Amino acid sequence: MSEPNIYQPFLMRIDKITEEAPLVKTFKLVFVNDEEGKKFQFKAGQFGEYSVFGEGECTLCIASPPTRPGYIECTFRQAGRVTGALAGKEEGEIIGFRGPYGNTFPLEQWQGKNLLFIAGGIALPPLRCVIWNALDLRDRFKEITVIYGARSVADLVYKQELEEWAKRGDLKILTTVDPGGETPDWKGEIGFVPAVLEKADPICENTVALVCGPPIMIKLTLPVLAKLGFSPENTFTTLENRMKCGIGKCGHCMVGKYFVCKDGPVFTLAQLNQLPPEY
Amino acid sequence: MEELRKKARELLTSGAVKVIIGYGPGSGKRVRAVFVRKPEQADLLICDDRCLQNLAVYLTKPEVKALGKAAVVARLPTLRAILQLAAENQLTDGQVVALGISPEGKMTELSQFKAIEEFLAGFSFELSAEEKATLEKLDQMTPEQRWQFWQEQFAKCVRCYGCRASCPLCYCEKCLAECNQPQWIPAASHQIGNLDWHIIRAMHLANRCVNCGDCSRACPVGIPLHLLNQKLAEEVFKQFGARSGMKAAQEYALCNWKLEDRENFIK
Amino acid sequence: MIIEKKLLKQDSVEKLFAKLKADGRRILAPKAQGDEIFFEQVASASEMAKDYIQTTLSPKGAVFPRVEALFRYQMEGKDVKIENNSEPQPTVIFGLRPCDAASFAILNSVFSWDYQDSQFKSRLAQTAAITVSCSRADEYCFCTSVGGSPGDTKGSDILLTRIGSGDYLAEILTEKGKAMVTLAPELFAEAPSEDKEKYLAKVPVKFDLKKLTEKLPEAFNNNELWMEQSLRCLGCGACAFVCPACVCFDIQDESKRESGVRLRCWDSCGFSLFTAHTSGHNPRPVQSQRWRQRVMHKFSYFNDRQKYLGCVGCGRCSRKCPADMNLLEHLKAIAEAR
Repeated sequence: MSEPNIYQPFLMRIDKITEEAPLVKTFKLVFVNDEEGKKFQFKAGQFGEYSVFGEGECTLCIASPPTRPGYIECTFRQAGRVTGALAGKEEGEIIGFRGPYGNTFPLEQWQGKNLLFIAGGIALPPLRCVIWNALDLRDRFKEITVIYGARSVADLVYKQELEEWAKRGDLKILTTVDPGGETPDWKGEIGFVPAVLEKADPICENTVALVCGPPIMIKLTLPVLAKLGFSPENTFTTLENRMKCGIGKCGHCMVGKYFVCKDGPVFTLAQLNQLPPEY
Repeated sequence: MEELRKKARELLTSGAVKVIIGYGPGSGKRVRAVFVRKPEQADLLICDDRCLQNLAVYLTKPEVKALGKAAVVARLPTLRAILQLAAENQLTDGQVVALGISPEGKMTELSQFKAIEEFLAGFSFELSAEEKATLEKLDQMTPEQRWQFWQEQFAKCVRCYGCRASCPLCYCEKCLAECNQPQWIPAASHQIGNLDWHIIRAMHLANRCVNCGDCSRACPVGIPLHLLNQKLAEEVFKQFGARSGMKAAQEYALCNWKLEDRENFIK
Repeated sequence: MIIEKKLLKQDSVEKLFAKLKADGRRILAPKAQGDEIFFEQVASASEMAKDYIQTTLSPKGAVFPRVEALFRYQMEGKDVKIENNSEPQPTVIFGLRPCDAASFAILNSVFSWDYQDSQFKSRLAQTAAITVSCSRADEYCFCTSVGGSPGDTKGSDILLTRIGSGDYLAEILTEKGKAMVTLAPELFAEAPSEDKEKYLAKVPVKFDLKKLTEKLPEAFNNNELWMEQSLRCLGCGACAFVCPACVCFDIQDESKRESGVRLRCWDSCGFSLFTAHTSGHNPRPVQSQRWRQRVMHKFSYFNDRQKYLGCVGCGRCSRKCPADMNLLEHLKAIAEAR
């Protein structure tokens, strides 16, 4: 066939596996074919279809930043057939990857602005990509604040990086766990993300807020952001509808006339307010 | 028909039920399921020999349940489906009023499972001569011919699951066909996927199917699926003397073991 | 855009088939199986179904099969080898209706917007359509309400219309059509000066498409409308699978030890699991929302995004619905609602 097969994945070797939390792992993936790896480019916010041959594909964001070429990372919780099979993979094994797909966080437009990241549980990966991207280009942005919460200390992902970020001094980080989820030596906050956000009282002027988390967290966080003065245009999130193709054809991820895989996954709250509630 | 409309009006006016699930005018000469909620709409109801769909399929649908207590226009297979659903703990006594329709078209109000049982006891559920002849024809085929017959039939299947959707006993919220850990049945409509699906579905309906024929009527590509279910129903009857949908509390022949069973493998 | 008009004698169809086959083409034509009619590979024109308004399944499967391999793979130790499909066989679909012929452009609009689906595109490129216009229609037909007609030429390479003598008036419409004529020029005689219109079925326009498309965005929030229309819907996929324009699909892996295949299978937005997340969350948890999606996608979203309607008015969905969901009736109700 004259044109390439858009469903054929890149072959990726699992370079490193990190256990993040119960049932949560991060894979560092390198291209089996160097040439493909050199040509590969993506931007913060994009996602891919990761596959275990014989089991199928699953949709995950690219959790590593585009400022660190040569590899990509994905972080997933073992939940369905494909993530279950992924979890059974070992370092050195080969999986498939199609991407990068979808739109991006408009980082170029955020130069000179403050960035406020708010994440819950397993939804830190899409923001971690942006956080590292911003940290790698630190002088382009003003204040960077990260508010991250999980059910318990064990459920926090990227624990080492959270410590690393806390030590850096060029970003403010607040980690929190739900009441009862703390350990005796826990030094972070205790409480739900919206409450921690309200207490932190970040300034809204010249700031964009990025929110990713379980639906209930997002639902309770958005009113707090509004109260703090964040406009819908400056509030960003990602949608995670079920997808199959990732490239605007299979119809699964449609929300109204929009394809989350093509027109998203990044949406502003202003855009979400215009969409039918089918996400 | 007038009798049915009058009863429907009464039930709605008195508030005894909130909705009558019956047959009303459809496209062209067809009839379709209607959900009558106002007494003045009772005249929509039709009851004639075009009214074949087993309306018990709607009794387990969340959207229909949300309408409130229902009365359902019920021909014999629908009545059997109600009892079978009761036996499987999907319906409770008094939850539904059956407006039983005899083969001659006479209506009887049946508000308790007991009444349905007694009503059904007055009819024979032997297959008709024609149905028997069709099954016999299949039986007389050599295994190779029969395999060929079903392979050709299943080859048409597009996996629309119309058979499952139209079946009052296929009420599982998540069907085995959609289970992918493990993937018991290939999702694709190729030879092995289709064979697996139809064989497994038939097995799941053995001693549960009430012989309404809706699977075959629903099938857009004309697979005579009811023959599989009829065959299994006859086998179960022969082996265990059990017919589905005759009692609101009945044991499932393929799941129960009794001391007096002929098999001795467990003794 | 007619290149030329010719006459194809009825007994020349068999000869044309022979020439097409000799050229290495597979011929798909309507063939009866019991009461149903399917497009199947035929060896001779005599195998074809004689009289039909519409086939059971559309010819969509010729370009978008209900199951197809996207690629095959082989595990070799820790390595994986991927093997792509070979070029599809040149195919002629004979005896499809003008509405079906019009559906190829709709499918193509999805497979070739943005990312280019090479597999679909090469199948389409290798497929030629010899359409037979409709001399009969039934109450489910509504091609004329969605921009088609019983003798419409859109999407066909050759359109045949049966005239009084029983022979076919052949309109050669595309280069592909011309290439087929070139295989057997002796079969195509000079066309009589007959107007095909008088041999065509009469399909009255049944609703105002402009009104419908204008009203749909607002109708989206009319929950009662969708609920009332879809109460009897059983949630099967029959409508989507008989539809020539439904294009939603699923991707599934199948494997045997070290080798396997990634498959694309037809899917339907009417299935409750179509949108269900692994977590259990479902953005369209009830059937009325799924019915709304079907209507909105075909008549509003498609229009906006692909610049096509997602419907050709063939009526198959309504003929085949086990619950008698009549699309035309429901569209009329929306278009005429105040």
